[in-house]
Amino acid sequence: MLPLILTDVSLWRDGNTLIEGVSVTFSPGTKTIVLGHNGAGKSLLLRICHGLMGPDSGSVAWAEKSPEGHRRQAMVFQKPIMLRRSVRSNVTYGLKVNGVPKLRRQEIADMNLKRVGLADIASRPAAVLSGGEQQRLALARAWALAPDVLFLDEPTANLDPAATQSVEEIVEEIHGGGTKIIMTTHDLSQARRLADEVVFMHQGRMAEHTPADQFFDSPASAEARAYLNGELRW
Amino acid sequence: MSEIFSAFAIAFELIVSLDRELYTIIGRTMYVSISAVAMAALLGLLLGAVLAVYRFPGRRAVIVVLNALMGLPPVVVGLVLYLFLSREGPLGFLGLLFSPTAMVLAQFFLILPIIAALSHQFLRDLYLEYQEQLCSLGARPNQVVFTLLWDGRVNLVTVVMAGFGRAIAEVGAVLIVGGNIAELTRVMTTTIALETSKGNLALALALGIVLVFGAIGLNAAAYTLGGVSTYRRI
Ligand SMILES: Nc1ncnc2c1ncn2[C@@H]1O[C@H](COP(=O)(O)OP(=O)(O)OP(=O)(O)O)[C@@H](O)[C@H]1O
Ligand SMILES: [Mg+2]
Repeated sequence: MLPLILTDVSLWRDGNTLIEGVSVTFSPGTKTIVLGHNGAGKSLLLRICHGLMGPDSGSVAWAEKSPEGHRRQAMVFQKPIMLRRSVRSNVTYGLKVNGVPKLRRQEIADMNLKRVGLADIASRPAAVLSGGEQQRLALARAWALAPDVLFLDEPTANLDPAATQSVEEIVEEIHGGGTKIIMTTHDLSQARRLADEVVFMHQGRMAEHTPADQFFDSPASAEARAYLNGELRW
Repeated sequence: MSEIFSAFAIAFELIVSLDRELYTIIGRTMYVSISAVAMAALLGLLLGAVLAVYRFPGRRAVIVVLNALMGLPPVVVGLVLYLFLSREGPLGFLGLLFSPTAMVLAQFFLILPIIAALSHQFLRDLYLEYQEQLCSLGARPNQVVFTLLWDGRVNLVTVVMAGFGRAIAEVGAVLIVGGNIAELTRVMTTTIALETSKGNLALALALGIVLVFGAIGLNAAAYTLGGVSTYRRI
């Protein structure tokens, strides 16, 4: 279904321009890391790509439209949204709405909960999980769908170092299985570890889209340089 | 004063001696109100969920009307239904006036707006919380409707209880379309009104006591049910 092509995408709300003239092509095979200050428009960009928000101008086009549409992509939100159900049902729900048969759902859910270390508390209500556990559940729920494209919005923001490391390992693992990764993070060392290419957002515009080595060694834009040097530029 | 004491004494005796008239009236009241609530819940919850999820022309108007009808005086419902069911009315050929079925219909119309409007308010908030996640997982609107009804079930029980409380406590509508006929259409509230005006305090008191303790029992049940599944939310 890739590449995903955004052409001159803009988004306005209440007279403010939140995303302005973003044109970018997301190719298969790479891990794309989206960087930028708070409020730069990273989460909005991911939502637009995922199809949760239509752009007010410009276009978002997948190379080929699959009849299943949504099945092929999944997203982990910055603030995890827990369904008022057990941990396991939070995972099986997504499989159910996509028509996966019941027995298979249980299998897939248990496997993915094990991957994120939640197998022991699978029958707990999701709402009582800690912040980090909720984030891991959100990851398991997205992985269970075996998407072709996975959007991750700061998936390790609330995780302890060990959990962060295991999430990075699993991101590598599913990427190895052929899934395109588009991810945001504020952890620059994580970005260096994971990124094949970087999209740098600044005040709603895409300031830069470069291969990772180049971005971290010699960023093309002044905004990205300032960001990497830790200067306040918003 | 002693008259009131003896009325209480007789009332208790009626209750503990399982007085046939008393319990027939209680049974009929339950039949009427439970039938009305069952029908109103089936339709009202579905209506509330559909209004929360679907966007269609006239949706706002429906919500405004439902909210307005919530506070409808029971006698007005009774009057309108009376006009429809009376011999000259459009539904007069059914011969339903002064029957328990007419009373079920009256209470149904009385509480349908309550259940629909209250469940809509609650489900709309739940939908706001869930919307992006469900859309991301690929749930279709008809699936979303049932997801909201299921995940909101604890609060929806309270909504249905509120409808039942209103149905069982109202006098005006069932009095008009039921006619308060002995052995046929007398329910607890209409009997209390009639017997009190006749000076027969014992039966009225016995029914009043059962109503009060029934209400307490019901609310205790609802409270326990709600408490069991209220999770800590972080
Ligand atoms: N629905 C909305 N209506 C109005 N403004 C919005 C809306 N959604 C986002 N914004 C604004 O758009 C800007 C970009 O938001 P976005 O969530 O994409 O930031 P971000 O880059 O993800 O930041 P962070 O690193 O803090 O997560 C913010 O200033 C935000 O206040
Ligand atoms: Mg964000």
